[in-house]
Amino acid sequence: MANKFLHIHRLRRVYVWELPVRFYHWLNAAVIIALIVTGFYISNPLSLMSQKEASQVYTMGWFRYVHFAAAYLFFFNFLFRIYWGFVGNKYANWRQFIPVSKRFFQEMWTVFKIDILMLKKGGKEQHHLSIGHNAMAGFIYFLTFIAFLVQCLTGFGLYAEMGGWWLPRLFAWVPSVLGGDYLTRAIHHWAMWFFILFAVIHVYLVFYHDYVEGRGEISSMGGGWKFIEEDVFDENKHQTPNPEKKK
Amino acid sequence: MDNEMLEVKQPTYYEEVIRKGYDRRDFMKFASMMAAFIGLEKSAIGQVATAMETKPRIPIIWLHFQECTCCSESFIRSSHPMVADILLDMVSLDYTETLMAASGVQAEQSLKNTMKKYKGEYILCVEGSVPVAADGVYCMIGGKTSMHILEEAAADAKAIIAWGSCASNGCVQSAKPNPTQATPIHKLITGKPIIKVPGCPPIGEVMAGVIVHLLTFGTIPELDRVGRPKAFYSKRVHDSCYRRPYFDAGLFVETFDDENAKKGYCLYNVGCKGPTTYNACGVMKWNGGTSYPIQSGHGCIGCSEENYWDNGRLYDRASSFAGFGIEASADTIGKIALGATGVAIAAHAVATNFGKKESIHELEVEGKESEHELPS
Repeated sequence: MANKFLHIHRLRRVYVWELPVRFYHWLNAAVIIALIVTGFYISNPLSLMSQKEASQVYTMGWFRYVHFAAAYLFFFNFLFRIYWGFVGNKYANWRQFIPVSKRFFQEMWTVFKIDILMLKKGGKEQHHLSIGHNAMAGFIYFLTFIAFLVQCLTGFGLYAEMGGWWLPRLFAWVPSVLGGDYLTRAIHHWAMWFFILFAVIHVYLVFYHDYVEGRGEISSMGGGWKFIEEDVFDENKHQTPNPEKKK
Repeated sequence: MDNEMLEVKQPTYYEEVIRKGYDRRDFMKFASMMAAFIGLEKSAIGQVATAMETKPRIPIIWLHFQECTCCSESFIRSSHPMVADILLDMVSLDYTETLMAASGVQAEQSLKNTMKKYKGEYILCVEGSVPVAADGVYCMIGGKTSMHILEEAAADAKAIIAWGSCASNGCVQSAKPNPTQATPIHKLITGKPIIKVPGCPPIGEVMAGVIVHLLTFGTIPELDRVGRPKAFYSKRVHDSCYRRPYFDAGLFVETFDDENAKKGYCLYNVGCKGPTTYNACGVMKWNGGTSYPIQSGHGCIGCSEENYWDNGRLYDRASSFAGFGIEASADTIGKIALGATGVAIAAHAVATNFGKKESIHELEVEGKESEHELPS
């Protein structure tokens, strides 16, 4: 009793997100949440009308401790992801993120038309079928890497004077370039809002793609699998921004 | 007779001190205090004392431009009376508009003589910024612009000390919109070692310490990236604050008249800029170690930091967001952006169900079909 227009798809299973990528993703999510929560507290702490002496409580100290510990995790996780961009599979490759080709920009424009403006072509809905990141997503992740960099520079820059280790001290030049801790701190705070807005839109779009395309978008960051229609697969119709050069 | 013969030998600091009526014990106390201030170990006290006993005074030219003279005021109120005596009466302020006896033509002559006599040896101390707008007419002395005087005096100086925030970073007169284009010294003079001693004013003992360092070692003190002596500007006021335990504990003053303020809790929430300010206030304090702003219950205003007049309000740590009015903090804008994002997402979600109706419908039908085909 199948509808006459109905075409039952056969799906190919594609291993898109390797275990290190998934590990990076979820660790990143956890530490960013920790950093945002503790960061907000540090910037505007509650005044506790505590009857205790200062020697008995360490509230602000703990928030700062968690912030700094999470920052180190975030930093090394970030470095690891950059490394994986060179050794991981094609969906993790750095070429997926940096718009250097005309094709990349064209694809971003296509995604914009299809997923944001929802334009139709010849009265028909359009599909943009990518297996890994689409070009728009790749570019947005590239922006997040820049935001990561800004946070690492300003954050370790502020931390440098307190840290005894050589690593944060490498960033001690940042506040002096920016003209003091005040502006450094302000930039660190402003940039945090990028993470919040990104996270909200990111989660929404994951649900959106899962709902509209039905190809396992949400669960892909769990098991690493995405599914693609067999005809698309066979005809190689899927799109990948900046594919690795043909051998 | 040869002119050189007429010149009186410059006395040493020690000779001057003894002549002033201090005894050797006072002198040694002063040497110890200064050694401690400039961060030397105990064994170096002798070095300081020897330097002051044997080396002739350093000739100093002290220029005043756009400023309020609070640096000089701070300097002559250094806790140890000998600081003022030695470093002012005797050292050798060969020229300084505020404190010298000469005036008019004689004063200008004195400046010229010092520059000629101690060519390449004198220390040029500058208090105040230099206005460069309108060819520098906003600050002129004796018919010359301050820029002209500075260039002339800097040419043969051994080193330059930029006293206070005016000379180090421009202070209030360089705050936006900076109508006179007040400019700090390091942006005008190149090729000379410049020591920045920021603060509004800097601590008197810090100023004395810098001069004693120059005298003792004959070199400029170790400077940080910005050009400030590390001995005094390497730590945040926050990191040496005696109220720091309250910060770590999370015990804060909310308003200046609350119970927490009486208890002396941390002033972080009432806008203390200690966490972003590098200075020695928490350690050396003011007026001979009597107190400093935070000890008096007032937050640090960050006077030794660059652009401190433009770094937001004095009682607010969170900066306003340029271009969005003074009340809009980064968080306000962030919340508005978050709200707008939420609305946009909701609109997009609704639009999706219309715009992508066919695809969604196909997926549903396909999924249901498969479900029916499966045996239960």
